[in-house]
Amino acid sequence: MEGLTLSDAEQKYYSDLFSYCDIESTKKVVVNGRVLELFRAAQLPNDVVLQIMELCGATRLGYFGRSQFYIALKLVAVAQSGFPLRVESINTVKDLPLPRFVASKNEQESRHAASYSSDSENQGSYSGVIPPPPGRGQVKKGSVSHDTVQPRTSADAQEPASPVVSPQQSPPTSPHTWRKHSRHPSGGNSERPLAGPGPFWSPFGEAQSGSSAGDAVWSGHSPPPPQENWVSFADTPPTSTLLTMHPASVQDQTTVRTVASATTAIEIRRQSSSYDDPWKITDEQRQYYVNQFKTIQPDLNGFIPGSAAKEFFTKSKLPILELSHIWELSDFDKDGALTLDEFCAAFHLVVARKNGYDLPEKLPESLMPKLIDLEDSADVGDQPGEVGYSGSPAEAPPSKSPSMPSLNQTWPELNQSSEQWETFSERSSSSQTLTQFDSNIAPADPDTAIVHPVPIRMTPSKIHMQEMELKRTGSDHTNPTSPLLVKPSDLSEENKINSSVKFASGNTVADGYSSSDSFTSDPEQIGSNVTRQRSHSGTSPDNTAPPPPPPRPQPSHSRSSSLDMNRTFTVTTGQQQAGVVAHPPAVPPRPQPSQAPGPAVHRPVDADGLITHTSTSPQQIPEQPNFADFSQFEVFAASNVNEEQDDEAEKHPEVLPAEKASDPASSLRVAKTDSKTEEKTAASAPANVSKGTTPLAPPPKPVRRRLKSEDELRPEVDEHTQKTGVLAAVLASQPSIPRSVGKDKKAIQASIRRNKETNTVLARLNSELQQQLKDVLEERISLEVQLEQLRPFSHL
Amino acid sequence: MAVCIAVIAKENYPLYIRSTPTENKLKFHYMVHTSLDVVDEKISAMGKALVDQRELYLGLLYPTEDYKMFRKLHNSYTDVMCNPFYNPGDRIQSRAFDNMVTSMMIQVC
Repeated sequence: MEGLTLSDAEQKYYSDLFSYCDIESTKKVVVNGRVLELFRAAQLPNDVVLQIMELCGATRLGYFGRSQFYIALKLVAVAQSGFPLRVESINTVKDLPLPRFVASKNEQESRHAASYSSDSENQGSYSGVIPPPPGRGQVKKGSVSHDTVQPRTSADAQEPASPVVSPQQSPPTSPHTWRKHSRHPSGGNSERPLAGPGPFWSPFGEAQSGSSAGDAVWSGHSPPPPQENWVSFADTPPTSTLLTMHPASVQDQTTVRTVASATTAIEIRRQSSSYDDPWKITDEQRQYYVNQFKTIQPDLNGFIPGSAAKEFFTKSKLPILELSHIWELSDFDKDGALTLDEFCAAFHLVVARKNGYDLPEKLPESLMPKLIDLEDSADVGDQPGEVGYSGSPAEAPPSKSPSMPSLNQTWPELNQSSEQWETFSERSSSSQTLTQFDSNIAPADPDTAIVHPVPIRMTPSKIHMQEMELKRTGSDHTNPTSPLLVKPSDLSEENKINSSVKFASGNTVADGYSSSDSFTSDPEQIGSNVTRQRSHSGTSPDNTAPPPPPPRPQPSHSRSSSLDMNRTFTVTTGQQQAGVVAHPPAVPPRPQPSQAPGPAVHRPVDADGLITHTSTSPQQIPEQPNFADFSQFEVFAASNVNEEQDDEAEKHPEVLPAEKASDPASSLRVAKTDSKTEEKTAASAPANVSKGTTPLAPPPKPVRRRLKSEDELRPEVDEHTQKTGVLAAVLASQPSIPRSVGKDKKAIQASIRRNKETNTVLARLNSELQQQLKDVLEERISLEVQLEQLRPFSHL
Repeated sequence: MAVCIAVIAKENYPLYIRSTPTENKLKFHYMVHTSLDVVDEKISAMGKALVDQRELYLGLLYPTEDYKMFRKLHNSYTDVMCNPFYNPGDRIQSRAFDNMVTSMMIQVC
């Protein structure tokens, strides 16, 4: 366009306006919307605006470049001055006043514009000043209170020399040159005496009481529209007072063109965050509270006991009744102690009360202690001054009328002068000893995991037990070690799951083991146990040596299912290995010599295993009926009928020598009969054991008992007998395995087959167990959720 | 249903008493006093040292369905006690307590 010559004032003004409209910070093109707003604020008829836009070239270009914008502004000024709009009038019109833009938010702009011009007339004519861009941005954020600050700012501005004291300790904002423009005839507002170091606030306070007057004053100098947007403090003290600090400071800053963007960003944040929230704690306040908290309780995550808090707040000289109410509001979790959040809320309420605020009936949202610990506002430095309670005489709080100053207003006073801060004398209000309440209740914190022991279902354990028994007895064939190893791994995994879910640690179980039983339990894992077993078996072919410690029955058995079973399993494994040793080719080490002891060892182990197995597996093997070796089972059953162990042993095709068979037979018998016949089992077991050469008798007996009792608990008892029967069959078939050592391949293959079948059965068992585990876990989770839901209602 | 709620201190003076405005307060106060006698009877009759307030309560005039109300009352009472600014023996002036009692009375009346 044509060359545009602008005066300095115009230049500055226009650049500011440009920045104002340049919300996208393009520095080149301003947003049309903003420009249009601006033009509307110019109070020009629409057609004039259109004409301006056309003239400046924006319509041609489609956007407002800087030059277009400047031209437009100039044209606005021209139009406002009444000159005809001509392109050439841009430069021809001399002494063109700056364009006037009227609107609530543009109040500041107009004021700002006024500041640009040294023309005093502008002060009258320009109702507002265009604040610098960042300020404008803040203005845009424009809470109502924001506008309300306008009068104050202007009033303040009228204090020629009064430094603006803002709580944020921002540098005395403006060169009061800016304020010149806002000189109003409303000298009343401006001339109010400043009370001490808090001049900022007292005029503010005055402004509040005279807000209506201020409004009137403003209206005298500004077009009506902006007034509507201003909310007098008289009308909304609670909402705006607390906010005044921020908007005020913002305003101050806005009047200063050079405002650090960071600061303004902070202001913007504060504004937006504290919008309409009279109870919000500012960062400074919070820092102050935190410091106070520290004086009582150095640990910021700790509590202040009730008595200490009582003393502390008593110093504020509030009536006990009110302190009591404040306490009720702020002690969120009703534990008789104050956390940092609670303390800050209480302190804030005290401050509010001292400043004339009525205590709310309910704790305001912003004061509610967060369930997650807030970080300390370490960004704000320590407040100068009033770390403790000053000794200056307590001042009555400013008038409690609606025009009472905001909390934030008093804040800087607190920091900078002790005049308005209530002095907390050291005397305690009450010498009575209060009942000491236990303040150690943990704050309601949903983040804390509920850690409590969960009773473990016996099902998995028993199944494990059964599996182990199965393994022990059944897999002594070809690959005893491998399935055993596989199973232990599975079991260990499940155990781990169980442990994680149900135990504190595996060692506890192990401890349970050790605590209860005869042989020293080794809290090691299965692997180690296995190794131990192996070593045992490897070292001595002797009967007595190898038998690994029988599964500890233990009272802890019910809880320590998996480990228990692991134990059993390892025992089984060990014994199994011993037995396997006797077994032919596939089995690695044990030579023939161990064969004899092996079976012998195996026998009682089998008995144990059988017993435990049967007792622990209610639903263990889902399809026991399908299990193979019914023939053997039948034989066994037949043999079981016979009370005489020897007879049974002989009847069994592969049964070991009489006494060997006696154990499994008896165990089978037990299995077949009602699972509740513990005594019988116990009786038979010891009997068998006595016949046997293992020291396993005592332990299994209690094991069985316990397991049986646990079985009783389980609903699938009916399946128990069936399954146990089948299992027994399986197990029964096993004892014969060692015998087949000496036989030919056929026996071996048979045993292999049986092992494979056992494998499949156990695999099914495993999957079923996994499913059960999942179900249990889900149940647990749902219960925990319910518990959490019910917990908050425990008070009522 | 609940027309009068009173919290009596150990020394047999009321810490808190509130009645619905319909009924004569004095009458209720007398009733409260007489009920104290019942309570005393019960206490003395019980051999064990444990004073199970709930049991006492259930043993008194009110049927068990008010148990919930009693619990609420008791919870609020403990909250009041927890307040370090509260002197045991003072009249209960807690607003929260009042609100709770009011809500209870409204809900059951």
